[in-house]
Amino acid sequence: MTVSASTPVLELRQVSVSFDGFLALNDLNLSLAPGELRAVIGPNGAGKTTFLDVITGKVRPTKGDVVFRGRSLLGIAEHRIARLGIGRKFQTPRVYQNLTPRRNLELAVKGSHAPFSLLFGGLDSRQRDRVQQLLAVVGLEAHASQRAGSLSHGQKQWLEIAMLLAQDPYVLLVDEPVAGLSEEETERTGALLRSLAGDHTVLVIEHDMDFIRELDCPVTVLHEGHVLCEGPMDAVQSDPRVIEVYLGVEDSGVEDSGVEADA
Amino acid sequence: MAKWRTWLPWLLLVAAGLILPAILPPFRLNLLGRFLSLGIVALGIDLIWGFTGMLSLGQGIFFALGGYAVGMHLQLLALPPGELPEFFGLYGVKALPAFWQPFHSPLFTGLCIWVLPALVAGVLGYLVFRNRIKGVYFSILTQAALLVFFNFFNGQQKLINGTNGLKTDTARIFGELVGSDAMQRNLFWLTLVLVVAAWALCRWITRGRFGDALIAIRDDEPRLRFTGYNPTAYKTLVFAIAGAMAGVSGALYTVQSGIVSPQYMAVPFSIEMVIWVAVGGRGTLIGAVLGAVLINYAKSLVSEQLPETWLFIQGGLFLLVVTALPDGLVGWWRQGGPRQIQAMVGWPPLAPTYPGLDLDPAVQAEREALGSIPGGAP
Repeated sequence: MTVSASTPVLELRQVSVSFDGFLALNDLNLSLAPGELRAVIGPNGAGKTTFLDVITGKVRPTKGDVVFRGRSLLGIAEHRIARLGIGRKFQTPRVYQNLTPRRNLELAVKGSHAPFSLLFGGLDSRQRDRVQQLLAVVGLEAHASQRAGSLSHGQKQWLEIAMLLAQDPYVLLVDEPVAGLSEEETERTGALLRSLAGDHTVLVIEHDMDFIRELDCPVTVLHEGHVLCEGPMDAVQSDPRVIEVYLGVEDSGVEDSGVEADA
Repeated sequence: MAKWRTWLPWLLLVAAGLILPAILPPFRLNLLGRFLSLGIVALGIDLIWGFTGMLSLGQGIFFALGGYAVGMHLQLLALPPGELPEFFGLYGVKALPAFWQPFHSPLFTGLCIWVLPALVAGVLGYLVFRNRIKGVYFSILTQAALLVFFNFFNGQQKLINGTNGLKTDTARIFGELVGSDAMQRNLFWLTLVLVVAAWALCRWITRGRFGDALIAIRDDEPRLRFTGYNPTAYKTLVFAIAGAMAGVSGALYTVQSGIVSPQYMAVPFSIEMVIWVAVGGRGTLIGAVLGAVLINYAKSLVSEQLPETWLFIQGGLFLLVVTALPDGLVGWWRQGGPRQIQAMVGWPPLAPTYPGLDLDPAVQAEREALGSIPGGAP
């Protein structure tokens, strides 16, 4: 069901993760083509965050393999995986509160991250330009020199996305980028993510169905740690299994209303 | 206003260097020199705790290692050639232990003072940080390590005179007794220069991107890891630097106290070091030095008059800082604390305003218009 036929940039092969017998991921298969934009949805507890943890090296799979550009990521430390070119945005915006947005970006910008190069070497003009450009992209130029902790929630979300871009990764894993954003901010975030696809492979995890429809991309539905179905949003929403998973769970708020509306 | 606030600590420091040796009696000057040397170990703690978020309760290890290095050298220096330090005779040791031999060399000693503690800290730190031990577990571990070192040094009479320690006063440097007033004054200046150098080093380390990385480790280490940084390397490096600084501090303290003993590795002493930094202000650097000097000077003054009360005062000071001044004295000062006090005593400082605004004809016209409305602003 993959959209592109070319070799995948990131592939999860029969990945299972067991936490004391509880299977957070269960025989999960998923592959991302280069330049693809992909949305991942699923009810609470479907294993979405564990799925990101496995890719980024935080959690080691009990079974299966994660292959990135032809090499297995198993047993590689988080920071090395990040350097290979996988960037991650967290669910709640995690920026360094006591540093300014500019300094946040200067830490994230692509280049050597070894202690001595930070101690003895400054940023080169290319990196400086990149930081300035990213500040403009996310509209934080005016706030570049205030504490990031004093930014609004939306600005922090955007700063974290900018930090992700500063890393210039092959794959961007974006966990709930529009949680707590206003409608306008959501729209702009969607446009930004769409514009990134092509140069980067972007995987978005989101609860907001309207936002995902806006992304207009293939959707993967996770349920109880494995892929329930994959396809365009319309096909996914009319899939009886998806409807059952979402509607079968009571009190699941946002997900319900989103799916129901078009079901 | 803001300018003199930045400069005042420096003025105090320069004044301390120039005026105090002239006006203080040798005993007081020597005390000040000792407390200034403690400022260096405090700077190291600020680096690892204030900036990087690692609360070490074992800096006494590195402090004492530096002290012992210089202590052994001065023991050997005080002897006529071919003789052993006196204490060896008490324990029936006939030949100088092998590890004492290199301490004949001043160059080796000079290196050993900071390289040895840095190495010990680096190795210890690497093992701890690699296993991602942090927070309170790190603190407990460093304290446990401190106890191990303390007990080891305490028990080694035949190697380093055990609990009695090593005296340094009777050695001569450049023909001058280490314990003499003239030499102590020189050591005071040396200490002052090294404190400023240590401060400059810390400042240089923390002001750029490296310092940002340290703050990032303190605030959100996993996030930094997912950005492609290896926090273990940073923490190991900065812990080793703090260890080296503790070693230098210990060496300076030893030559100005006249003795190095396992008491330098006593648990309360290492905790006091942390209190100096907390009181002075975490993450401010200059606060660490001020905290070390002020608290220790207060301690010696209070202890001379009312020896029993000092511990209560120190405890109270710590409580005050934790509850009322979370950023310490320097942090309070920088955040406009004096102005708040000023306002509290009924003499509020003028708030900054736009001077041009009141003179703007449009604003004045508006004000008059408002004034003419009943109930409007006067």
